[in-house]
Amino acid sequence: MSEEAIAITERAASRRRRGLLENAQAYLFLIPAIAFLGLFKILPAFYAVYISLFRWDIVQGAFRGLDNYFDILWQNTTRSQAFWQSLSTTFTYAIITVPVEIALALVVAYVLFQKLAGRDIYRTIYYLPYVTSTVAAATVFFYVFHPQYGLVNTLLGTIGISGLLWFQEPDGVFQMIGNAAGLALPDWAAGPSLALVGVAIFSIWHFLGFQILIFLGGLGNIPLEYYEAAKLDGANQWQLFRRITLPLLSPQIFFVFTIASIGVLRAFNEIFVLTNGGPLDTTRTVTLLVFRTFFQQGQIGLGSAMGVLLTLIILAFTLIQFRFLERRVQYT
Amino acid sequence: MSRSQVLPSALFKHLILIVVGLAVAYPFYFMVTSAFKDYVEATANPPTLWPLTWHPENYAEVWARQPWARYFANTFFIAGTTVFGEIVIAILAAYAFAQMTFRGRNVVFALFLATYMMPNEATLIPNFVMMSNAPAGVNPLFPIPRLGLYDTYAAQILPFLASAFSVFLLRQQFLAIPKELRDAAVIDGAGHLRFLWSVVLPISVPALVTVMILSFYASWNAFQWPFIVTSSEAIRPIQVGLNAFRAEAGSQYHLLMAAASFVVAPIVLLYLVGQRFLVQGVARTGIRG
Repeated sequence: MSEEAIAITERAASRRRRGLLENAQAYLFLIPAIAFLGLFKILPAFYAVYISLFRWDIVQGAFRGLDNYFDILWQNTTRSQAFWQSLSTTFTYAIITVPVEIALALVVAYVLFQKLAGRDIYRTIYYLPYVTSTVAAATVFFYVFHPQYGLVNTLLGTIGISGLLWFQEPDGVFQMIGNAAGLALPDWAAGPSLALVGVAIFSIWHFLGFQILIFLGGLGNIPLEYYEAAKLDGANQWQLFRRITLPLLSPQIFFVFTIASIGVLRAFNEIFVLTNGGPLDTTRTVTLLVFRTFFQQGQIGLGSAMGVLLTLIILAFTLIQFRFLERRVQYT
Repeated sequence: MSRSQVLPSALFKHLILIVVGLAVAYPFYFMVTSAFKDYVEATANPPTLWPLTWHPENYAEVWARQPWARYFANTFFIAGTTVFGEIVIAILAAYAFAQMTFRGRNVVFALFLATYMMPNEATLIPNFVMMSNAPAGVNPLFPIPRLGLYDTYAAQILPFLASAFSVFLLRQQFLAIPKELRDAAVIDGAGHLRFLWSVVLPISVPALVTVMILSFYASWNAFQWPFIVTSSEAIRPIQVGLNAFRAEAGSQYHLLMAAASFVVAPIVLLYLVGQRFLVQGVARTGIRG
């Protein structure tokens, strides 16, 4: 072998050694993260499915196959009724929360984005509920909406609406309006309970700052020239908003829509504090039902099956949102 | 535009902002003022807007009725340990993904991505089973490990030490570091650890602070998980303590508001001080809490 060839093989060997060292070092850096994610995130995701296949009342019992799922979905009348009712409550909660949240945040962000005096003070106030813990915020909210001691009913009293029970009111809001107008509405048109509407108001209040924040970011990306050109063409404020802001803000609106929907699907703390699922189970969302089943009734197998179903629903929304995020943030 | 056109529109905008601002801020105002009322005034109809008589002694009474000092200490300990552990683990992993080439990088990265998408609801029950003291099951083939950590600090810390989200956020930051810096460090004979410590970290301080604030915030506000894996006051955090006091106080809303205000105070202070980082973090990552 020539000297040159020896030098080349030596260099290749040293490169290989360095490559091995780099590999070993990289995994050394990754081991803590992999270990903790593996133990508390990856393995448990499989355990969740595993547990859901058993009768598991505090201790593991007999293998049931998919019977827990069948029970929840149709076989067991009590269980399936509770599950479908919870699912319907969850989606009702989302439907009465998310659009209002988006519309309100959009208006506020749009106004706030213009150069007004005191912008920073407004912003600091709007973000405040979002950073406050749910348990404390919900405790205060309950008091503000207290039928006797709260300000909300006092204000409503001045316009002739009195005695609303809010978080203790199981009656549907349409039904209540109908009754006040002397109309007896059928049961299916009763609408969400006033308690659920109260929870929705809390949710809107709590997350308003977050949505505003996202929208402000989006507004900052819209070139000012568009507005100037449109103004030259004689566009009015509404046309500017409708024809420029809204379409160019649609990525943020979509993002907020998915993330707010996921937030509502996962909501637990506020409902636990405000109503604990009551009155008459009208605010018992799937998260509350899962909690009651596995924690309060000790039926871990059934609870886990419900948890898996809920996870699938959340994952569907996450995947939609992720598609979008992938376009906005580069992951690779 | 003439002046007469500008003024009413600016006024109208301020009107919108002020009305929304009042609605947003009122619960905070009501919390702080009610905390100083006495029982009779706190349960008056209609509510008073300003306390008729001031009762700062409410705070002393509330403080005596639950081991708040202990709750605070627990929360600071849990949050501090979580923040520290999480940032160290995330820095190392993020650095490996951003600055090192190794076999299987894409596979490991996909694994991290998968855990990021997995909602907490998916792992709540199995993690609870792992922590609980219930005897192991009848099925010896696939037993779920029992960590025997029910009612410990570890149960409240360990599950949150690794966060795929923090890894992604820091990786983004570390990817932005110019390649020339690494090349210069290699020429100077610096290894990865040395480069990470003396070059990467110092120029990544804003991103590190963002991760730490978001992590502290999540720890401070945690409720459901500590509620189900703990039972003794000696190790429970502040939110679980507030929930216990809620049951104890009943309709003594003035006391409840005093408790809520000191539970909220540290996080609001952190927000006012670190607003820039928190706002940037949320805007950049879209985390909704």
